[in-house]
Amino acid sequence: MTVAENTAAAAEAVVPATSRAERFTGFDVEAFEVPGGREENWRFTPMKRLRGLHDGTAVANAEIKVDADAAPEVRVETVGREDARLGEAGEPSDRIAAQAYSSFTAATVLTVPAELRASKPSVLRLTGPGEGNVAYGHVQVRAEAYAEAAIVLDHVGSGTYADNIEFVLGEGAKLTVVSVQDWADDAVHVSEQHLKLGKDATLRHIVVTLGGDLVRISPTATFAASGGDVELLGLSFADAGQHQEHRLFVDHAVLNCKSHVMYKSALQGEGAHAVWIGDVLIRAAAEGTDTYELNRNLVLTQGARADSVPNLEIETGEIIGAGHASATGRFDDEQLFYLQSRGIEEESARRLVVRGFFHEILMKIDIPEVRERLRDAIETELEAVGS
Amino acid sequence: MATLEIKDLRAGVTTDEGRKEILKGVNLTIRSGETHAIMGPNGSGKSTLSYAIAGHPKYEVTSGEVLLDGESVLDMTVDERARAGLFLAMQYPVEVPGVSMSNFLRTAATAVRGEAPKVRQWVKEVKDEMTKLEIPAEFAERSVNEGFSGGEKKRHEILQLALLKPKIAILDETDSGLDVDALRIVSEGVNAYKDSGDAGVMLITHYTRILRHITPDFVHVFADGRIVESGGKALADELEENGYVKYVGTTV
Repeated sequence: MTVAENTAAAAEAVVPATSRAERFTGFDVEAFEVPGGREENWRFTPMKRLRGLHDGTAVANAEIKVDADAAPEVRVETVGREDARLGEAGEPSDRIAAQAYSSFTAATVLTVPAELRASKPSVLRLTGPGEGNVAYGHVQVRAEAYAEAAIVLDHVGSGTYADNIEFVLGEGAKLTVVSVQDWADDAVHVSEQHLKLGKDATLRHIVVTLGGDLVRISPTATFAASGGDVELLGLSFADAGQHQEHRLFVDHAVLNCKSHVMYKSALQGEGAHAVWIGDVLIRAAAEGTDTYELNRNLVLTQGARADSVPNLEIETGEIIGAGHASATGRFDDEQLFYLQSRGIEEESARRLVVRGFFHEILMKIDIPEVRERLRDAIETELEAVGS
Repeated sequence: MATLEIKDLRAGVTTDEGRKEILKGVNLTIRSGETHAIMGPNGSGKSTLSYAIAGHPKYEVTSGEVLLDGESVLDMTVDERARAGLFLAMQYPVEVPGVSMSNFLRTAATAVRGEAPKVRQWVKEVKDEMTKLEIPAEFAERSVNEGFSGGEKKRHEILQLALLKPKIAILDETDSGLDVDALRIVSEGVNAYKDSGDAGVMLITHYTRILRHITPDFVHVFADGRIVESGGKALADELEENGYVKYVGTTV
């Protein structure tokens, strides 16, 4: 995709009517109004397909199944709602996240102890409550000071599920997280992911959304102290009828932090819908901020739609950099022609281009098992391309 | 022994302003072993000729024929044309982000040759050709044409020519934007391809300087969508002297 020449709908960064800083947050679901669907926060989401997660009618009747395969250095606990650590990474910022926070019965807490490096990636497999069932959940990952680890959250199965996932990074901690949404076709998953970085902490947070009927992931990154470095990466592939929404918020409120966002989505089939919102707020105190966000959508067929909205609010000029880029392109005929003119069949040429589109992000997933699995998953998706 | 026959080829594009005829009856036969220089002013339709033969979707052929060894090229898809033995070295090679040059070359060679080249031989073959074209080894792992300079792109076009070994190669302004050294290297690559067997070359150019490196057997002047004069190398010398003024009425 040569973006500059092939931009169907390049979104301009707009300053929203109200600052992102003013958005209400809270743990209590009753403190939130029931959204109707026209609110800024909900305007892209097909409310009917939320199955009542947003208005209190989705009552939990099942649990999410949690299977942990953790590195020996990583502590895995199942705790009750009263555990004082829960909620440390941030408050829910929409009604479904608050509903999940108000409704979960047990939380899973993974702790990487201070100054330890986990010897292998820790995988938390979260299996949905089953078709027709509803569950709420909560996960917290704690990387204590100078700990290093890779965590995979693997969402599979069926049902309706909302949760909050917290990442609490201590001073100098280095964490890589991959949240894979590989749901069955019926699944609805709404997740707020709270990322809180301590002093000089580094977090690479990767969201991979492949399955599900409706998946809405909202990562919010905050910095507890200076020197934090967060990289937010996303890879998604929406097929016919799938709604995949990724809403990011990076809140720069302290000195000298970095954030880098790169989300890429491919879409194919009637009604495939990708939504990407990238809110970045640089508050007056956040001097020395360095931020960049990029969203690319590759529309492979007719009938698919991508919405991309970067919002950059800057309250101080004393920064290193702040930028954004967003482009939605159709398949580039020039690339196809070039590859075909070298004897490569159209079908293979298309696959090469899509693989190439995701390559940049795949290469950043430094967990070989996960990377291979995603490569395979993309290949499977590609088998439907052009068919 | 291969023959490319272009018979009364007419083609154009459809723009917002309507249809525009660009090729107005091109006749040309290229046999292996021959090098034909197509020279003409900008806007005369030289590049359109190359794209129409390669099958670029933007250009619609309205009438005429293109035959490769008697087979109708115009009935083939773009990739079928390449596998039949046609190659177009483009004036503006396309960037394909995320696809490594080495993956691309191997995929193309597998398609054109009909089987995957044996790994060890292939690695050596690519390395040898890259060395000849003075392409640093690290380019193999870079994305196709992405961030390449004009000269680097042209060298890679000739690298593909060397590896895919077409029957007929069309070189569209391969000399444009090349400095003296790059022009020499690229020309040596083209000459090596010519010498390697019975290959036919259509060399499209605006300037005569590349003809000091690659000797044409025939020179054709292209103006307003057709060949208006043909001759030997002497015609190129005359063009160098007088420009295209005689054919278009102005100096271009």
